[in-house]
Amino acid sequence: MNAVAYWSKSRAAHSGSTSPDRGRLNATIATLLVQDGLTSGLIYALLAVSIVLVFLVTRVLWVPAGDMVAFAALTMSLLRQGIAPNTVWLLAGLGLLAVIVQAWRCHRSGEWRSLRGVLLLALLPPLLGYVITRSGLAGAEAPVLVHALITLLLVAPMAPLLYLTAFRPLTEASVLVKLIAAVATHYMLVGFGLLFFGAEGLRTPPFISGRLDVGITTLSWHLLLSLAVSIVMIAALWVFFERTLWGKALRATALNRFGARLVGIRTERAGLLAFGIAGLIGALSGLMIGPIATIYYDSGFLIGLKAFIGVVCAAMASFPVAVLGALAVGVFEAFASFFASALKEAIVFVLLVPILLWRSLTDHSLHGEDD
Amino acid sequence: MGVPAHRIPALVVGAVIVLSPWIMPVWVVTLLGYIGLNAIVCLGLVLLTGMVGITSFGQAAFVGLGAYVSALCVLGFGVSPWLTLPAALAASGLAGALIGWLTIRLSGHYLVLGTMAWGLGLFYLFGNLQGLGGFNGIAGVPRLEAAGLSLVEPAPFMLLVWAVLAVLLAGTTILINSRAGRAIRALRDPVMVESFGVQSATLKLKVFVVAALFAGLAGWLHAHYLGHVSPSPFGINASVDYLFMAVIGGTGSPAGAVLGPAVVESLRTLLRDAVPALKGVGGNFEAIVFGALVILLLQRASGGLAPYLSRWLPQRPPARAPAMAQPLPRRSLPATGSALLEVRGLGKRFGGLVALQGVSFDIRAGEIVALIGPNGAGKSTLFNLVTGVLPPSEGEVLLQGTRIETRPPRAIAALGVARTFQHVRLRPTMTCLENVAIGAWLRGRSGVLAGALALSRREDAQSLFEAQRQLDRVGLGAQADAPAGSLALGSQRVLEIARALAADPSLLMLDEPAAGLRLQEKQALAALLRELKSQGVTVLVVEHDMDFVMNLVDRVVVLQFGTKIAEGTPDEVRRDPRVIEAYLGGLDD
Repeated sequence: MNAVAYWSKSRAAHSGSTSPDRGRLNATIATLLVQDGLTSGLIYALLAVSIVLVFLVTRVLWVPAGDMVAFAALTMSLLRQGIAPNTVWLLAGLGLLAVIVQAWRCHRSGEWRSLRGVLLLALLPPLLGYVITRSGLAGAEAPVLVHALITLLLVAPMAPLLYLTAFRPLTEASVLVKLIAAVATHYMLVGFGLLFFGAEGLRTPPFISGRLDVGITTLSWHLLLSLAVSIVMIAALWVFFERTLWGKALRATALNRFGARLVGIRTERAGLLAFGIAGLIGALSGLMIGPIATIYYDSGFLIGLKAFIGVVCAAMASFPVAVLGALAVGVFEAFASFFASALKEAIVFVLLVPILLWRSLTDHSLHGEDD
Repeated sequence: MGVPAHRIPALVVGAVIVLSPWIMPVWVVTLLGYIGLNAIVCLGLVLLTGMVGITSFGQAAFVGLGAYVSALCVLGFGVSPWLTLPAALAASGLAGALIGWLTIRLSGHYLVLGTMAWGLGLFYLFGNLQGLGGFNGIAGVPRLEAAGLSLVEPAPFMLLVWAVLAVLLAGTTILINSRAGRAIRALRDPVMVESFGVQSATLKLKVFVVAALFAGLAGWLHAHYLGHVSPSPFGINASVDYLFMAVIGGTGSPAGAVLGPAVVESLRTLLRDAVPALKGVGGNFEAIVFGALVILLLQRASGGLAPYLSRWLPQRPPARAPAMAQPLPRRSLPATGSALLEVRGLGKRFGGLVALQGVSFDIRAGEIVALIGPNGAGKSTLFNLVTGVLPPSEGEVLLQGTRIETRPPRAIAALGVARTFQHVRLRPTMTCLENVAIGAWLRGRSGVLAGALALSRREDAQSLFEAQRQLDRVGLGAQADAPAGSLALGSQRVLEIARALAADPSLLMLDEPAAGLRLQEKQALAALLRELKSQGVTVLVVEHDMDFVMNLVDRVVVLQFGTKIAEGTPDEVRRDPRVIEAYLGGLDD
């Protein structure tokens, strides 16, 4: 990947949003910037939730979170143009790999029952996706909702498949080994992204264009839609964790993996579920980011890292703090790009270092050594 | 005298590389140059990641600093690139010191994210700072010349790179087997090394700076070989590349730092040349292949490829103690019977929980004193207060009249307190001899630089000699070469005692030495402690096992619920009704 192109692209990606030319900040511009920031902040917030969830349940730092976003945005954009996306092949490849890994595991343990579920998860979505996208059922004129659902079908299962192939064999490894594996996974995904989506950036037409006049200012419909989707998603997660047995099993695994296993929770299945939710959140976020930024096959890394800032604010543990932190990152980023667009990305990471320091000094639970 | 067997592989590789310009095609020579260049950076990562456990995703930024600073100085002052080497090293070293100073304060995965943030921050700085040519970089950087010969050709450049690498490899190998190197390899357990007086944060920072210097040196070579610097080879992807190379090669030994780049660069060339058909497709196959390789290695062999290779090669013999060496300086021990440790009204609260309250007792030089009590009595808290791991909420602790309760563990260690740990804290892959030698840290002085330049040989011999003496003393002399992790738990506890003895302590503190031991092991341990007592060593044993201590010690201090309930000879304590109640339970509860 060429970092020069990478950087200039990420700048171009945001120049199309509502950021006005550099000038004096006034109340109107400030409200627009806050809106801009909140729109991307919501995406970072959702991603931050998925990263915290995956970390709590599996101790994996979900670096490829952003890649799910990029792949979903690209898939959606292609579908809207009436092009059958290559995502199917990526998903099918991952599925095949997961089946091979699972078959190997079954072969080692002599217990073949678990293969059926993996076969279903690995092969059904790409098969279904292939049939729908190649049969003309989902051409350019199909409803947005159909395209969105196909995108979710094609992108969301990638995360659990990656869990089965890359992370489950590392269950007993240290956090740092899992982190290196996560970076390697991201690296591979970017490689595949270039192969399947090409180097060109894509933008999705907005689901609803225009702005709503609320008297003091106007609100973009996209922001309102994103807000609604985020609230529904978070409410659904809340119900899941508070009201369902599976949700409680996940929380138990997060609190104490060994204890959860003692009371009969299959912690690996909990891990699979956590990755499933992370995949779904990533794909949804991709749908939301498509209309506000031009996305490239490798845009995921920076998006994911910004979500990480929120996660670090929350000490990898608290969902509400992660959401607030990620929203703040979005707003900060919007204002930073207004005042110094050339250094926008750098400024965001300069933000990360003091937060990391602050967390390291206050978070005493992490002083245990890994090796 | 012949060449030691374990040096033969390195010598063969060296010979092939020196001869390669005459016996190999140019593309191989060019490839070797890049392998060497990457290996210099990876060697720093082996020290940083493999030895100290700091995973850095920002190493390429230091390469970039070296390259940019040297390029700017050469172009700005019109001097020879050879003269700007100190500037390049100074820049990467200073940046390493500053960034490292902030970064090593981060814990666990925060640290890794921190290195990523630095890497990105510097990358954007290279791209945006005025006068650095933006993302197109600076062209026309003068090349290296020596004796009128240009080093632009692959062959001389390759030879230069490998000469530098050979020096660094030799220095690193000598370093990790020196006094400082043993401490560096033990840094993953800061609590343990600090309790033997190692300033773990400073030592970590030094390793961070060394790794940055290696990277800066590679950057200087890079700039004056290619004649062009731009931000992209110093971005996050390059950093990830370096780390992957180190992981693939294996971060456990300097050999991995060469093997990793060799495998990755060869594969890269192979992918570029052998699969030209795929080029049209535009996929980033390198990323896919290396990512997959790293994941596979992490799953199957987290030590990387080097251990596989070294299995077939002659091994470097483990560090051995010399037959004779000048003994290390000894502490003047306090007169027998004088007050050694005085604990006065010591208390500790954790929030609302009172763990310890108003505990006072003395230990005189030459005594063995046991601190006993049922579970939760506050024994470990007291132990941690005396050794400086925790600060007390109230009261004071005096060691030979000096107040120590506010001092950090390493200062208390310097005053003559050596300890063992309830949960054994040994470096399992280091040999018994090396583990014990860490105990003698405060009796030597040589540092990282002296270690790398082989200036600490005499002191190393002395501390290994001392370590062997202590191993013999506790009866583990024959196991000196065995990895500490291969010993049974009982022997590991005894090994910890040997390590503490190597510190030449005036007070030896043992934290539940008998916990988890079998009867025979307990008897052997008791015999050892009795022998130490007869040699005049003052010992404080914290134990929970009454039988173990009763026939061993001079006096017993009994704790319950954080307060002292009895103190006296074992016989007195055994008859004390409150002690009986504490251990057997009251009759009228």
